[in-house]
Amino acid sequence: MLQEVIFAGFGGQGVLTIAKNIAYSAMLEERETCWFPTYGPEMRGGTAGCTVTVSDKPVSSPILAKFDTGVILNQPSIAKYEAKIKSGGLMIWESTNIVNGPTRTDITNVPIPAYKEAVKLGNRVVMGMILLGAFVQKTEAVKIETILEVLKKTLPERRHNLIPLNEKALRRGYELAEAIK
Amino acid sequence: MSEKLLMKGNEALAEASIRAGIDAYFGYPITPQSEILEYFSKWLPRKGIAFVQAESEVASINMVYGAGGCGKRVMTSTSSPGFSLMMEGVSYIACAEIPCVLVNVQRGGPGLGTIQPSQGDYFQATKGGGHGDYRMIVLAPNSVQEMADFPGLGFNLAEKYRMPVLILADGALGQMMEKVEFKEYKRWEADMSWATTGKTPDREANIITSLFIEPEVMEQVNLKLQAKYKKIEREVLEYEEYHTDDAEIVIVSYGISSRLSKKAVDLAREQGIKAGLLRPITLWPFPTKPISDLIEKGAKGFLSIELSAGQMIEDVRLASNGRVPVKHYGKMGGIIPAPEEIVDEIKKMMEEK
Repeated sequence: MLQEVIFAGFGGQGVLTIAKNIAYSAMLEERETCWFPTYGPEMRGGTAGCTVTVSDKPVSSPILAKFDTGVILNQPSIAKYEAKIKSGGLMIWESTNIVNGPTRTDITNVPIPAYKEAVKLGNRVVMGMILLGAFVQKTEAVKIETILEVLKKTLPERRHNLIPLNEKALRRGYELAEAIK
Repeated sequence: MSEKLLMKGNEALAEASIRAGIDAYFGYPITPQSEILEYFSKWLPRKGIAFVQAESEVASINMVYGAGGCGKRVMTSTSSPGFSLMMEGVSYIACAEIPCVLVNVQRGGPGLGTIQPSQGDYFQATKGGGHGDYRMIVLAPNSVQEMADFPGLGFNLAEKYRMPVLILADGALGQMMEKVEFKEYKRWEADMSWATTGKTPDREANIITSLFIEPEVMEQVNLKLQAKYKKIEREVLEYEEYHTDDAEIVIVSYGISSRLSKKAVDLAREQGIKAGLLRPITLWPFPTKPISDLIEKGAKGFLSIELSAGQMIEDVRLASNGRVPVKHYGKMGGIIPAPEEIVDEIKKMMEEK
């Protein structure tokens, strides 16, 4: 198993955090993983990106030119990363705010209205978790249960009350992705 | 077995330094290594360990000089432009034979440059940088795990040989997160009787200086340093080989670019090309003989992969000594080549040979 993913969106949308949940889950599932963020001027107000590799073998290069999957949260990142998805790859994108989705026909196109669904769940912050649920459904890179375990480990105790909401968001994203073939 | 954690390279380096018994850290923030300073600023005061955010890198290195002179385990960390500012102090420290660990998380230069990863400071790290005939042991990690392994090793080597040890990383290693395990640390016994910890009646005063006005005395200081460096060249060497046994083209690459190179070797092998990788882990001493030995084993060319205009290639050429072609490929200014581009370079070399 080798899954090379780019997560991209505006700074503040939680791109680095949702990517970290995948890397952390992969580690707990005894896989090899590497998380590499953009840390340049783009994270200071512009587009933030983060690559995550999940593999059965030690990760050679943490820096990638092509990706199996893109999880895209804003319009500029569609243009930036669409061409960098491998043929036969996957593009999961937030379809409430992104007007123009990917146009390539050799990749699987997975629009998820994550923002709208997050508002329905009562907290727009869980938008990223909805996309993460879709990612898990499409790639099987890690399990939802493992992500929940990660939240228990990484969230401070006083925030553990948010875990059920995050679980709902993950499962909602999973369902939405299941409906897209 | 210890617990596996997911950490940034910068954080892992700082945590490992604490576990290795750091007594004091002095630093000044600069991207892409500020997490080292931030981690220390959070944890050192809670443990009663000295943490000082100095007013500049010049101040940091001189604080290291002073505290290291007391025989304490001391460290500073910075990134390329900051390390340039420290050069005078590093030369003084080398001359005064003060153990310390220095960290340079390289970014693109020259000048103030960019904050993206680069390996343009190889010359500065291995050929001096500061003035005078001095050396530093240079350790080049290529993973978050090695970012955690090398501070403890660095302190041990620094105390054993009484000299600065440099950990030469880059922005990618500092910023990326990987699985890391903190192994049980073995601190080597070291003779610290030279340290200036207060004169006792039973001995002469210990003096730490790098000023020796009489040329005859300065010559002796130099000869002593050179004898020490020769000893280190015999005793210290770390490198890793990957698919070198039957390799015709051997990539020589360190740090983050060795990770790209490893992937390039895998991709080349999938295409039936006999490529291999030799990764220097110590940049000084440099694995001259292991590289030379590969020619006897059948290597027909070396490809130096660095994020620079070609600096380490000079040491690879010295090791090859004109026997086989040595080429360089790399990018500068914070740009990172794709492993596929490295494969193309390997192919070019195969055609030319």
